[in-house]
Amino acid sequence: MSPSAVLVVSAVLFALGVLGVLTRRSAITILMSIEIMLNAANLAFIAFSRQFDHADGQVYAFFVMTLAAAEAAVGLAIVIALFRLRESTDVDELHLMRW
Amino acid sequence: MELVAFVILTALAVVSAGVVLLHRSPVVAALSLAANLIAVAGFYLLLNAQFLALLQVIVYAGAIMVLVLFVIMLLNLPEEARRHDRPSAQSVLGMALAVVFVAVLGWALARASSGQEFPPSSPTFGSVGSVGTALFTTFFYPFEAVSLLLVVAMIGAVLLAKRRI
Repeated sequence: MSPSAVLVVSAVLFALGVLGVLTRRSAITILMSIEIMLNAANLAFIAFSRQFDHADGQVYAFFVMTLAAAEAAVGLAIVIALFRLRESTDVDELHLMRW
Repeated sequence: MELVAFVILTALAVVSAGVVLLHRSPVVAALSLAANLIAVAGFYLLLNAQFLALLQVIVYAGAIMVLVLFVIMLLNLPEEARRHDRPSAQSVLGMALAVVFVAVLGWALARASSGQEFPPSSPTFGSVGSVGTALFTTFFYPFEAVSLLLVVAMIGAVLLAKRRI
């Protein structure tokens, strides 16, 4: 197993996450795609941490994990507030602030 | 052995991420995302980062995914309606951009690496001790800032989801 193999997996996962954010319409699925992207970044961090035999990359991955938890909590609260207002989580219907 | 595990984990991670992308039922997507997170935890184990693998399973696949599933079931979300119109310009452009991204990154990696293996790691690599020492010495202030961030996120989530304050 070489570093570039792990990084390619990380890049593929990140691209799948980008694709989910760009093509899906349900707000919750978009949040889940963002989780995939954050995980792909974490995988790259840990691969580099292993490559240079240094704990810093793992600490960054730890911070990204706490960030993902905060993002999930606030994002899902927004989705709940949105659903209460519109009875839908379809982002295509939320174009009030779009020019 | 390591290669076999790597191939299996790669297949699991990519297929489960694809299911998150393609399946219209939010519950199936969430469970598939949990499978994806566990596959990534397997990668962490392969890379000798045991502590992070443990955190990934407990915090990510445990806490965060339970939160997501809880909200999906609370809202009783229906399956996403099938698109009858042809794919929008945005989704076509998104697919093209994702392919370009992987191609550029793959090209850069192929040029930069000589295909060598990971160097042997020190025996304490990935242990709770080594990560904790870095966390409480070099990264002490960022660590405290993150705890503040979690408090702010908690208050924000309660304020946003509460009907009347």
